[in-house]
Amino acid sequence: MTVAEVLNTLTYGVAPETAKPAQEWLDAHKGHFGLFINNEWREPSSKEWFDSINPANKQKLADIAQASDEDVHDAVKAARKAFAKWSQLSGHARARYLYAIARQIQKNSRLFAVLETLDNGKPIRETRDIDIPLVARHFYHHAGWAQIMSTELRGYEPVGVVGQIIPWNFPLLMLSWKIAPALAMGNTVVLKPAEFTSLSALLFAEICGKILPPGVVNIITGDGRTGAALVNADVDKIAFTGSTDVGRIIRKATAGSPKKISLELGGKSPFIVFDDADLDSAVEGVVDAIWFNQGEVCCAGSRLLVQEGVAEKMYAKLKVRMEKLRVGDPLDKAVDIGAIIAPVQLQRIEQLVQQGKDEGADIWQPSWSCPTEGYFYPPTLFTNAAPASTIAQVEIFGPVLVAMTFRTPEEAVKLANNTRFGLAATIWSEDINLALDIATQVKAGTIWINSTNLFDAASGFGGYRESGFGREGGKEGLYEYVKKVKDENGKMKDERKSKTKKKAPGNGLHPSSLRQAQGIAFILHPSIDRTAKLFINGKQARPDSGYSIEVNDVNGNLIGEVGAGNRKDLRNAVEAARGVADKWFKATGHNRAQILFYLGENLAARTDEFARRISQQTGADAESALSEVGAGIESLFTAAAWADKYDGAIHNTPIRNVTLAVPEAVGVMGILLPDDKPLLALCKLAASALAMGNVLVVVPSPVAPLSATDFYQLLETSDVPAGTFNIVTGNRDELAKTLSEHDDVDGIWYAGPPEGRKAVQTASVGNMKQTWVMPANGDLPEMDEILRHATQVKNIWVPYGA
Amino acid sequence: MSMTLDTKSITETLNRVPIMPLDLGPVEDVKVNRSAVERRADSMTKRRTVKREWQAAWQLQVARVIDLTTLAGDDTPGTVERLCAKARQPIRAELLEKLGVTQPITTGAVCVYHGMVESAVDALAGSEIPVAAVSTGFPAGLNPFKQKIQEIEASVKAGASEIDIVISRQHVLTQNWQALYNEVKAFREACGPAHMKSILATGELGTLKNVMRASYVCMQAGSDFIKTSTGKEPVNATLEVSLVMLRAIRDYYEQTGYKVGFKPAGGIRSAKVSVDWLIMMKEELGDEWMQPHLFRIGASALLNDIERQLEHFAYGRYSSMQYQALG
Repeated sequence: MTVAEVLNTLTYGVAPETAKPAQEWLDAHKGHFGLFINNEWREPSSKEWFDSINPANKQKLADIAQASDEDVHDAVKAARKAFAKWSQLSGHARARYLYAIARQIQKNSRLFAVLETLDNGKPIRETRDIDIPLVARHFYHHAGWAQIMSTELRGYEPVGVVGQIIPWNFPLLMLSWKIAPALAMGNTVVLKPAEFTSLSALLFAEICGKILPPGVVNIITGDGRTGAALVNADVDKIAFTGSTDVGRIIRKATAGSPKKISLELGGKSPFIVFDDADLDSAVEGVVDAIWFNQGEVCCAGSRLLVQEGVAEKMYAKLKVRMEKLRVGDPLDKAVDIGAIIAPVQLQRIEQLVQQGKDEGADIWQPSWSCPTEGYFYPPTLFTNAAPASTIAQVEIFGPVLVAMTFRTPEEAVKLANNTRFGLAATIWSEDINLALDIATQVKAGTIWINSTNLFDAASGFGGYRESGFGREGGKEGLYEYVKKVKDENGKMKDERKSKTKKKAPGNGLHPSSLRQAQGIAFILHPSIDRTAKLFINGKQARPDSGYSIEVNDVNGNLIGEVGAGNRKDLRNAVEAARGVADKWFKATGHNRAQILFYLGENLAARTDEFARRISQQTGADAESALSEVGAGIESLFTAAAWADKYDGAIHNTPIRNVTLAVPEAVGVMGILLPDDKPLLALCKLAASALAMGNVLVVVPSPVAPLSATDFYQLLETSDVPAGTFNIVTGNRDELAKTLSEHDDVDGIWYAGPPEGRKAVQTASVGNMKQTWVMPANGDLPEMDEILRHATQVKNIWVPYGA
Repeated sequence: MSMTLDTKSITETLNRVPIMPLDLGPVEDVKVNRSAVERRADSMTKRRTVKREWQAAWQLQVARVIDLTTLAGDDTPGTVERLCAKARQPIRAELLEKLGVTQPITTGAVCVYHGMVESAVDALAGSEIPVAAVSTGFPAGLNPFKQKIQEIEASVKAGASEIDIVISRQHVLTQNWQALYNEVKAFREACGPAHMKSILATGELGTLKNVMRASYVCMQAGSDFIKTSTGKEPVNATLEVSLVMLRAIRDYYEQTGYKVGFKPAGGIRSAKVSVDWLIMMKEELGDEWMQPHLFRIGASALLNDIERQLEHFAYGRYSSMQYQALG
């Protein structure tokens, strides 16, 4: 076109970023890549390669190696060997390495950006302005954490070798989210990029080869088989970002093993627009929410919830805006939406859009058409969708927005939370009262107020519910890559030694000492038969089964019976807990503290009785039993103390805003108590969870359940609201299975044998509930760990400006 | 696509924006989120760019929408004549020829103080280039009201076909919308056939909300254009402020069917930055608002930078200011 012609039309024309340097890099490797293990490039032992394709023009970019089990094994071995030295480096030394990586990312930023765009199909504007700068930021930020780890994470050490599996939607960014914290905390890494997008990870590997000692970072490419091999390899942790389905497989595969896992999974995030929002800005928010990265974003605001009064206005504005979006060559600097990653994804989008139409929602797409040489899909708006429609429920992972209306804030929350996911949410309102009110109620790990898809290394990112668990970024993200330092005996370093002394054997129902002391040959009055019931919704309840289980002392003497709780009792208990969950969650920390102090006071008043019960069940001598009650009272006070002190943080993210990191209750929790120290375990674990705002279904240890059943009398007299603290006795592993499978239980703590731990984690995949497992015997975890497991961090971004 | 010629002069456009009754509804309902506005303004120019032929054409278009301005205390008829000569031929003929452009290229208007209106009108005789006069006690707008009206009338009489008025900032800062409306309406009535550009002096309004509220009131009071600033405030044309004003213009058009023009002024000196405004017009309001009857840029030094950039495009080497004729 000539200047004169353009002057008459004022069109945009083309503005291509050159692919030449990236092409030269590919050519220098003859378009053929190996595996990066121990700072060496090697051919895969399988001698298998697959194609990496540019989705914008369907042309092949390179041959990518398929790592075999053997290669994975070698990579893990290299990482294991490197770990010995890497983990012993000073934080400052590791900070220097991470700083060097950050510098190298910046120095090669355009090459990374272009390569990423070629491989993934996302617009160069995004790789250049968003992905790559955030990658550099992540390494800088974590260089800082490495520097100050010894003081800021005192008592923690690296986990070991970490296997990391990342998705194709933000290839290098997800790599940085995984590798930066892992290295900072002293771990070594084996990372597998997604098979669609390996190239930026391979360029990154080249940089590692120049900077890092061998084996610290290993990059192995391959498909799902390689991922499976990595999950099953001798690693200490798996960090995964990807689909919820694969997350489930990983959860199952690692169940019962000591491997830590963190999962960042799918989403169907609500984008809530109230009638007092800046609608023009909200429209731009939608563009950034669902037409960012072709909508292939786990936290994409894909469900638009608009207040009814402004819905039509909002839709009209959206359509005008959509008409102006530009889909096309992702290397063009003036393109908004690039190519969909692969045909399989494009087909999924097309199929779901068809389903949306079939189910009666109204579809709107701009008048222009997409280029045909690659895999493109136009921005799409569905209105008149119902929560019941498929497109309103499943993650489409494409540029498709599904809109619904609501009438009141309460209804907005209801609709927002009406999903299996909980990754992110966006709230638009000019009223800070309204916005923050909704932010506390939406179940999601990240909340953006009057903004969307803001990311930063200083802010934690991760999900509630089926969106996974664990956080990436912020201090909260570091805990995924560390564990408590233990001494050579496996004890926590700063733990006080406490030993339980056993008393002489005797009949529990008729304490021998008493009998001997009194020298009586028979009992004038047999002890009154005592019926320990279940405690559900603030009431003592008989077990549904109508059966009881005998409780014996350490010598096998019968000391009592407890109800044989079954799945129906658990159902009732969970229902009771769910019923009060919201209220307890909203109760003030002060209020919760008062109740816990009061519990402590009432326990103290009955010290002797509870001590006797401990002795009776566990055979502990009076001194040990009394000291356990004392420790229990102290634990209740500690829980009470933390109830109004477990503060969040304000993260220092680099925009004008406050990013509030709020520790929130997990929700409904199942807690299956350990065998040792029955009363202390109850006080320490359950009361702490309660203090953080959780509601509980507690299953006492089958060995010593009577301390818990005695305890409900304290609950009844200490103003503990009905339903917040339920106790169901019975067969631990049967009850554990039911609780683990229960989709309305948000988290489960299990103390028990290894098979039981595995079963709990395997069964947790239904709603991907958080699990925390520990042995039936031994020391209880420390308070900081307990509190961290009793909460999940929600990051709320609140930009401001007059 | 030859709309550019027909719409060259805003005085010729049909369907001129009328004076409407004051409607406080949209004024009080204004919602502006500053952070979000800043993000949009910032990313807009990263989402869009023009290169090569497109860049050259867009830069030429910028030349066509410039209100070539001189507002200096030492202006004389001589300097104004020189400026008018530049307005007639903002890009030298040989360069246009090299670019293959045969369309006539003149600036959007010449903008002067009242005292220079006659000189400008004389110097532009025979061209279709309008003369704009800044008025109503420009830049502070604190002259007696009567004098302001007289100033408008005098400039129109002297041949100005566009009047750039300044509003009383105090009416905005004290939320006295009725007073602001009355003032601007009176100015518009005084303008008669001349088109009125209302300068909001956004750098002195405190908040983006105030900018948007003032935009609505000025449009209702019959402004043909709303304009960011005088060029004399500490902060003048910014993309954020412009975005807010453009959204008000769009909303007003959707509500009433009337197209109000937009003029950023002050601080726009480079060709690259000026194209950002053209991009914003296209994105937020559409192609028609890229034309001089609905879009002007108040500038003086900008034109020479445009010439330099065009020369670079035409000849492939960097140019020097000494090759660009002074205005």
